[in-house]
Amino acid sequence: MKKLINHPKDVVHDSLKGVEATHSDFLKVHFEPNYIIRKNAPINGKVALLSGGGSGHEPLHGGFVGYGMLDAACPGEVFTSPTPDQILEATKAVAGGAGVLHIVKNYTGDVLNFEMAADLAKSEGVMVESVVINDDVAVEDSLYTAGRRGVGTTVLAEKIVGAAAEEKLPLADLVKLCRKVNANGRSMGVALTSCVVPSAGKSTFDLPEDEIEIGIGIHGEPGRKREKIKTAREITELLVGPIVKDLPFKKGDHVIAFVNGMGGTPLIELYIIYNELAKILNSYGITIARNLIGNYITSLEMQGCSITLLKMDEQILRLWDAPVCTTTLRWGI
Amino acid sequence: MVITQNKIIKWLVTYADILNENKTYLTELDSEIGDADHGINMDRGFQAVIKNLHENREADIGTILKTTAMALISSVGGASGPLYGTLFLEMSRCTEGKVELSKIEWTAALEAGVKGVAKRGKAFAGDKTMLDALLPAVKALKEGTYGTEELPLALQSAYKAAEQGMKDTIQMVAKKGRASYLGERSAGHQDPGATSSFLMLKAASEALV
Repeated sequence: MKKLINHPKDVVHDSLKGVEATHSDFLKVHFEPNYIIRKNAPINGKVALLSGGGSGHEPLHGGFVGYGMLDAACPGEVFTSPTPDQILEATKAVAGGAGVLHIVKNYTGDVLNFEMAADLAKSEGVMVESVVINDDVAVEDSLYTAGRRGVGTTVLAEKIVGAAAEEKLPLADLVKLCRKVNANGRSMGVALTSCVVPSAGKSTFDLPEDEIEIGIGIHGEPGRKREKIKTAREITELLVGPIVKDLPFKKGDHVIAFVNGMGGTPLIELYIIYNELAKILNSYGITIARNLIGNYITSLEMQGCSITLLKMDEQILRLWDAPVCTTTLRWGI
Repeated sequence: MVITQNKIIKWLVTYADILNENKTYLTELDSEIGDADHGINMDRGFQAVIKNLHENREADIGTILKTTAMALISSVGGASGPLYGTLFLEMSRCTEGKVELSKIEWTAALEAGVKGVAKRGKAFAGDKTMLDALLPAVKALKEGTYGTEELPLALQSAYKAAEQGMKDTIQMVAKKGRASYLGERSAGHQDPGATSSFLMLKAASEALV
């Protein structure tokens, strides 16, 4: 494997050191346990927003810490959930007296570790609520799986709920809002390559030169089915069809259209996908009110993309447009 | 024959060595139906356990197991951290203050641990998880304990039952954890969690006698 790293076991540490060196003007990076918080945390009277997960999905979540979005992010080892003690310490570091909302992606490890952390926090008198994001339509939501995974809608939820938290909305209202965003967002992804976990040293799965994996998650795990490589138009149709059908999105709906790169796909290709997406949604009579294109929730160097559609109402639109100042998203400020 | 504190420590050290030797193998199993980190995570977790053991050599069995649980919870991550952490935490609750365990007490502790894992993970037999190695092992121990098998024989039969359970996961379609996203494609692969659980019981059969 060729990576720009020193030693596999130091990847997370070395990278966090880089984040600290770059952004110490408004972020504080804590080591052992690892977490990133706003430099001016805790903010009194505001509900604190915390998320986390395995490393390897950058900029998720550390890149979303800042005004109008997260107060804290907990990075675990690569593709491995953070641990309860880590989440607990970060929770306490940002709790400002109005409670803390944990945004949790629906993966067994994340759910279990965040559950344990929330229990520990409550036993120490910190008010914590959690909302699980499970927007991936590739997994049929049945009794026979671990449930739908949390993918692209996570980014949108962090922005929208982050803006509402900045307006000093109480914890119960933020929980309701987060659940609304989760209920109205749907995603699906495709991989053209796997990725290489540094400590594994080789690709997580082998994808032949002419094949793609539909319905991937964000950890390099194989998806639901494998197909031959197709055109961008055909791939976009394969992703958008199930998304639209699942909610369902209807004619006249206004959406945020989010084309996300998995880390290894160049921007030139993401714009091709967006163009196809725009044409398809136009043919459905669905209006794209806002868009987001780029690498936001990645899987190391995986080539591929995911599409997320979020049905908007006036509240969601206003909160999306509200000012934000993180290392990744910055507008209105 | 009884299980002393020293044998418990020997078990944990033996398991840590086995995990270290099988790190790549467990990771490969986890690449096929997961995200390629099980071997690395368990190795890291048990290296942390071994470090903490040094301060607890004189402690009772409950304390040793609780310290193990907390070390795993704070260093393994993923689903395995809370699940193995719960296993050891529940075992520690049954063995508070004890400096030796009879085979009945060992069986009761392991059973409590496995019940804790099932409760936390909300899993059942046949879901293709670590439980598919642990549940047969507990069953074999219980049948051995209330029968006439001596401790070494009981531990052997538990390890063999776990081995069979681990192999049985190959055919199963995963209903829990990351493997469940693969649906039918998860069949034909041995579950990494069942494998690390089998190795834990193999270590027990070697170290606790």
